[in-house]
Amino acid sequence: MLANRKLILAHFWLAFAVFGVALTLGAWQMFIRSPIGTWLSNPELYYRSLTAHGTVMGYVFPTLVAMGFGYAISESALEQRLVGVRWAWAGFWLIVAGSVMAVIPVALGRASVLYTFYPPLIGSPFYYIGVVLVVVGSWIWVALMSINLRVWRKAHPGAPVPLAMFANVAGSYLWAWTAVGAALELLLQIIPVAVGLKATIDAGLARVFFSWTLHAIVYFWLMPTYIAYYTIVPRAIGGRVYSDTMARISFILFLVVAMPIGMHHTFADPQVGAGFKFIHSAFTALVALPTLLTVFTICASVEIAARLRGGRGMFGWIGALPWDNPMMLALAFSFVMLGFGGAGGLINMSYQLDTSIHNTQWITGHFHLIFGGAIVIMYFAIAYDLWPHLTGRELIDVRMIRIQLWLWFAGMIVTTFPWHWVGILGMPRRMAYFDFADSAIAPQALSVTFSAIGGFILLISGLLFLLILARGMRSPATEAGPYRFSLAVHQPVTVPLALNTHALWVTLMIALTVTNYGYPILTLALSQGTSVPAVYVGAQ
Amino acid sequence: MSAEDTHGSAGVAARVERRWATIAVIIIVVMALLAAFAGIHRATMPQPRVETTDPSRIHLSGEFVEANLGSVLEANGVTVRAIGQQYSFTPACILVPVDTPITLRATSADVVHGILIQGTNVNTMLVPGYISEQLMRFARIGDYLMPCQEFCSFGHEGMWGKVRVIDKADFAARAKDGGRLSCVGQ
Repeated sequence: MLANRKLILAHFWLAFAVFGVALTLGAWQMFIRSPIGTWLSNPELYYRSLTAHGTVMGYVFPTLVAMGFGYAISESALEQRLVGVRWAWAGFWLIVAGSVMAVIPVALGRASVLYTFYPPLIGSPFYYIGVVLVVVGSWIWVALMSINLRVWRKAHPGAPVPLAMFANVAGSYLWAWTAVGAALELLLQIIPVAVGLKATIDAGLARVFFSWTLHAIVYFWLMPTYIAYYTIVPRAIGGRVYSDTMARISFILFLVVAMPIGMHHTFADPQVGAGFKFIHSAFTALVALPTLLTVFTICASVEIAARLRGGRGMFGWIGALPWDNPMMLALAFSFVMLGFGGAGGLINMSYQLDTSIHNTQWITGHFHLIFGGAIVIMYFAIAYDLWPHLTGRELIDVRMIRIQLWLWFAGMIVTTFPWHWVGILGMPRRMAYFDFADSAIAPQALSVTFSAIGGFILLISGLLFLLILARGMRSPATEAGPYRFSLAVHQPVTVPLALNTHALWVTLMIALTVTNYGYPILTLALSQGTSVPAVYVGAQ
Repeated sequence: MSAEDTHGSAGVAARVERRWATIAVIIIVVMALLAAFAGIHRATMPQPRVETTDPSRIHLSGEFVEANLGSVLEANGVTVRAIGQQYSFTPACILVPVDTPITLRATSADVVHGILIQGTNVNTMLVPGYISEQLMRFARIGDYLMPCQEFCSFGHEGMWGKVRVIDKADFAARAKDGGRLSCVGQ
């Protein structure tokens, strides 16, 4: 039973409200730089919008979803009232305050530095401090997840931690540690310059600090989705989790190997040497392992559901799946997008292939497909699944939910496939407009137009999502009962200590970060004569 | 099939799972080995060496002073030196010969920029304080677009350079007195 519904609902509503705003900005950006829009007379507006879109979608939206979902997991999987509710609200209000503080300078054009910061470009200090507050708010959640698990362990000595909570806490630790990279960049490099204490900045070091955050943050975004794959989908479609052990191993692998790989974002950079580039490339290959294991386990779990429903034959069981169930639909769409996005990701992290697509529209297509597609469609599914338990009211219109999911999937494909294509043609990222009259750029015009149409399909789907949730607040009351997670085929009776606790893996995560980042950061920090004067953005 | 039936098949389940995990590990090891092999054997890799240059002094002395920017014929091929600054490249149009090994050496004078030459694999970041080096070779005569590929503030969308690839003999004739060449006067 969820005791703190208001807390969870507040997180979800804020998350989806800011998502709606950022989605609208995204669709406008797609339109304005496509051949169907006219050139912006003031391109600076585009970068305000882009900064807001990235900051919300990268920092605020997924963090709030992970937090709200985390509180729901803690209360329902552990069957224990949340400990530290006041702190949880404090974290929530810190995020509200931080978001407001960050968005004002962005809207005024005083912080158009994009969510990736790009020093030596320096914007208003309020933008950076706002982002720091958002992260600090989320760290309260990390601490609460850990404390709640500890309280539960005391009451249940030696018992297997429910999978959902085990994964949730792993995700929170991953976030706590991966945020440190950007925090170091902000606190040591950017904020001192933004407030005028220092005048120069080493851009190379800043890029390495940011890469520490930039990749593992994606796995933090991914965690709620993977938790849904393992602990919600099989229950929702009437199946069982194929293997509880494999699920735990996957989450542990994410915790350990998602971290020390971020330098594959700096393959094209001059401030990192070949050795560390290769090490990070190899470790990035390793992070494909938990995803490959997950795809197997989830497909097997889905097959169990199909066979329990009377499915027969080698592939005939696929037809027996409950395709009208929104959760089934969301999972299938998510897997298709994860497949394409993952294949693209293998190209991005490749030591050799990266150079042909680095910083082109291919990359934008890639992470929209993975994050906006595979991950966010499961956020929708999580919200639909939890809503009746949060509101005490049923979501009646299942057909509307199906339409919304279909639109999101179609919109994402129509947006991102042409995006990948123009990337291969060499179209650079983050540009407010293109001169489609240039004969060398003209062939890209059609693809960009398709992408813009896809953007509008996504916008319609996103608004529909908000509408469904809002209408769900007013439908007739129902008793949804306790919120439950999937059972495994073989429910764990005892779990080896290593698969029931996080200490060993957190130690390994930190150790690998030190070995893979320590030397490059140290040499860059000690190098002389590489700092450059800050370039202030928005200063008149 | 019920959950009870599967209980006896726990061994089968574990075996299938192990097999899949093994396949997954093999895929990953092969990928890493392929990358290592191509890197060592064919020397295809991202920029290996870290070189620095003081960004506050590049206009005054050293490799990237204005008079030294452009293409120059050297013993081991052609070297192109360029800088990026808000919101242009210098030279704005790089002149190189076809079918010749070319070394591009570039850096930034202010913020982070990038060089991408469309239709090729030439793609590197320009980070102030550090020198980017790329080996390149053009198989086709013609003009190539060279946009800045990294956000460098409000004028980023206008930062487009060009590479002009010309005939070898033509280039040699223009380069014989040792000057720094660009498309200017071409």
